[in-house]
Amino acid sequence: MKDIYIIAYAQNPILADAKAANEVELIMPVVHEVFRQTGLSQKDIDFTCSGSCDYLQGAAFAFVEGLSAIQTNPPIKESHVEMDAAWALYECMLKISSGDTESALIYGFGRSSPGNLDSIISLQTDPYYLSPLWVDRISYAALQANTLLQHGTISHDEMYDAIVESMEFAKSNPNALVSNAPSKEEYVAEQKLSTPLNKFDVAPVSDGASAMIICTKDFAKNLNLDHVKINQVCHNIESSNIGTRDLSTSTSLLDLSTKLNLTNLSVDIAELHSQYSHEIVFLKKLLGLDNTSVNASGGPLSGNVMMAAGLDCIGKTYEYLKSKDVTNGLAHATSGPCLQQNMLLHMERVK
Amino acid sequence: MSEKNKSDMLRAPFKLEYDYERSTGPIIGKFFEGLSNQQILGTKNGDNVYVPAAEFDPITYEHLSEFVELPETGTVKSFTWIDQPRKHHLINKPFAFALIQIDGATSSILHMITNCNESDIEVGSRVKVSWSEEKTETIKDISHFELINE
Repeated sequence: MKDIYIIAYAQNPILADAKAANEVELIMPVVHEVFRQTGLSQKDIDFTCSGSCDYLQGAAFAFVEGLSAIQTNPPIKESHVEMDAAWALYECMLKISSGDTESALIYGFGRSSPGNLDSIISLQTDPYYLSPLWVDRISYAALQANTLLQHGTISHDEMYDAIVESMEFAKSNPNALVSNAPSKEEYVAEQKLSTPLNKFDVAPVSDGASAMIICTKDFAKNLNLDHVKINQVCHNIESSNIGTRDLSTSTSLLDLSTKLNLTNLSVDIAELHSQYSHEIVFLKKLLGLDNTSVNASGGPLSGNVMMAAGLDCIGKTYEYLKSKDVTNGLAHATSGPCLQQNMLLHMERVK
Repeated sequence: MSEKNKSDMLRAPFKLEYDYERSTGPIIGKFFEGLSNQQILGTKNGDNVYVPAAEFDPITYEHLSEFVELPETGTVKSFTWIDQPRKHHLINKPFAFALIQIDGATSSILHMITNCNESDIEVGSRVKVSWSEEKTETIKDISHFELINE
């Protein structure tokens, strides 16, 4: 793959309910912000790709409306993924690597507050064996949490500690939606939604949008913005037939970590798309991140915009690498029940 | 517009719906047909038997076409208890979503267990299918699973 640089990233403050603001009004500020950061405009961008979920808006091709947030006249080259915008970034990287594109704008957006996120996400699963049973996203996650607890991979105490740590980090993130951790007593006393998970274990329903610009090395150099390079990116998916997966591990992530040679990389910071407390503990152990600063933004537990949260992990890693004196960053994005599909990016601060 | 003109207008019925049915194909369709006859069918690949029937081997991606019939009993591999069902759930009393390995299968089926207490279920519990009275050739022909004492 060609050397690809991230040169701008912006995120709206995450809201519990954006109220009257529609998707366009959430996207416009972040797109304007990445153009402000780079001095570019839409005419300088060769390719634009977005990530969103039509189910959230409740209409087929609802993502097309999002295009009203950017300048599409004169006509632009544009695409969309019905996935987290991390995969929109992946499409842009393929486009740049194929040679006909120097720069790309990525945005992801989601408003989860108007509907019932549990049942909406259920609609995205296998339409024959799973979706008719209305297995909700929290129950899927709970099945994996119980499997990990049963295997002794994680403990209840570690799950609580992960919440406390996330909330502590979230206090210094101005865009975080929540930053208050429950006391141990409150946590234990809280009614379980799907055992072993209660509301504190689950990322909050969130509204928001994020945008990013990536480009080739030459393009970044000309702008004097060649600070953060995407060294490697890979993704992998496990079976949609959840009963054939081993939920006590993640075969897809182990494969990605081998491809990335993760054990030999000294990762300074990592942002994980961990939407449940047990996933933080599990992923840290699986990826060997004991000595790494993980989710210094507070992570998805402090705000989790559907279809943007994966891109946010990449964006937050970019921000840390740009501003702090560290070299290696790891970003993770996920999709599907029980970490079914995963993406890992190794990013490097270029001195 | 006069009454006469109105009656001259061309009219056609319009139903706001998808005027077709989605086919479930030869594997999932046969599995559902089995359920409607209160039979549990799985697809086989060597030593692996997949219930619910898989069209492809999830590891090797080979096409699967060999069916085997299995009993309606199995073992709980993992579960999550829902004490207060939420409005989209199909069961409106406490129940569990569970991964259940049907006897003779090497994979699990995700379904529901009810008519018991949370403390009655554990990994390894034995369960049996409770069939829906009305069959629709869908996964919902299994109403839920219930614990059994053996």
